[in-house]
Amino acid sequence: MSDLPRATVRLNERGHRCPMPVISVARAAQAAASGTVISVTCTDPGAASDIPAWCEMRGVDYLGSLTEADGAVSYVVRTR
Amino acid sequence: MTGPTPPAGYLDAASGQPLNPSAEASWLAAAEAGWADPSRLYREGRRAALLADSAREAVAARIGARPDEVYLVADGCLGTLVAGWLARSSGHLVCSAVERREVLSVADSVGVARSRVIGVDRAGRVDRTAYHHALAGAGLAVIQTANHEVGTRQPVAELAAACADARVPLLVDATVTLGREPVPDGWSILVGRAATWGGPAGVGVVAVRRQLHAPPPDLPRAGLPADLAAAMGLEWADDHRTQDAARARMLTDRIRSAVVSTVPDVALLGDGDRVDYLTALSCLYVDGEALVLGLDREGYAISSGSSCVSDVRRPSHVLMAMGALTSGNVRISLPFGVSDDTIDGFIVTFGNVVAAVRAMLDVTDLSTEMPHE
Repeated sequence: MSDLPRATVRLNERGHRCPMPVISVARAAQAAASGTVISVTCTDPGAASDIPAWCEMRGVDYLGSLTEADGAVSYVVRTR
Repeated sequence: MTGPTPPAGYLDAASGQPLNPSAEASWLAAAEAGWADPSRLYREGRRAALLADSAREAVAARIGARPDEVYLVADGCLGTLVAGWLARSSGHLVCSAVERREVLSVADSVGVARSRVIGVDRAGRVDRTAYHHALAGAGLAVIQTANHEVGTRQPVAELAAACADARVPLLVDATVTLGREPVPDGWSILVGRAATWGGPAGVGVVAVRRQLHAPPPDLPRAGLPADLAAAMGLEWADDHRTQDAARARMLTDRIRSAVVSTVPDVALLGDGDRVDYLTALSCLYVDGEALVLGLDREGYAISSGSSCVSDVRRPSHVLMAMGALTSGNVRISLPFGVSDDTIDGFIVTFGNVVAAVRAMLDVTDLSTEMPHE
């Protein structure tokens, strides 16, 4: 998914269990201006469900995910 | 309802509940009169065999089967049963993505060439059209009556009709509903679990239609006192379930509406077409284990769908398949005879425990403000 926009805020949540990745992205979104693209890179398999679910609950746009070279997955979101 | 009085605060009936009065009385009677080996020809053996027969007859009558179609076995044989049945045919396995882990393990082990795992919608309900299409050339189809983590009911009658048309045997996993809801028609193989209806833990029921011309593979047995207690417990539960279900529906609905209006950032899971006694929800910014332990300290027993095993978190495959929030997940399931006080106390305590966990994680500021009443 190379067509994902470039994130201006990049969070590394490798090795952290949920709910930590969600808390981290929520914290970043709270501080960010509207329209900011944020990526959060996770190894917790639950993030695949939890990041999109958080987006839906909090009115944040979920843009997609991509797998990194080390197997971690980056989820990309944009604040409204 | 005269019946069991579960401990105050106990809300994990889907995992087990106290023996109901008939189960308890029969356990003692069977232990006294039916201790002998029922395969022996002497008087004590024959007496045990008679009790074993009466257990099968009682279960058969309640599930709409013939006694020779019923097997009382040790609980936990679902995987063996599915694998055993699949091995008899050259066709593939069809099941939903939210079946019990034992079923999905069989699908994993036979690989994609011999299994079709059908996706579910946001409520956890299987894609009927895809399930339908996957039946061509299938050797066995599996569907649960309702999901064990979120309570969502599956369209069993419709899938059973499709299986009959396609001449595919259908295994109906009724472990969540048997003894608490009506038994659906159209099964070829039916599986239930005594713990669900207030029978003894460790006993399962398997029924196989004679038309299949094959008994199930050799399955471990639980033995007589447990079998008879399970059967008589099922009679009691079946006699009381309608009255219980109406009340359980009212109480689980009360939990859902109260929690969503008092606790910020909660997602209710499933929809209205769910098992009356069971409901589930997930909360942002907390983990399920912290909620389970926090509620336990306050005297409430519930379970969480996602388990944390040391450092490796294994999120619930059910919630993942639904695309639901897996963190902060709790399942609440009401035992027979649950008190109003337990429900009302739980609602208040749940909000307090969520707030305490969020305060501990320093995330209170991330939550939406709730409107004041």
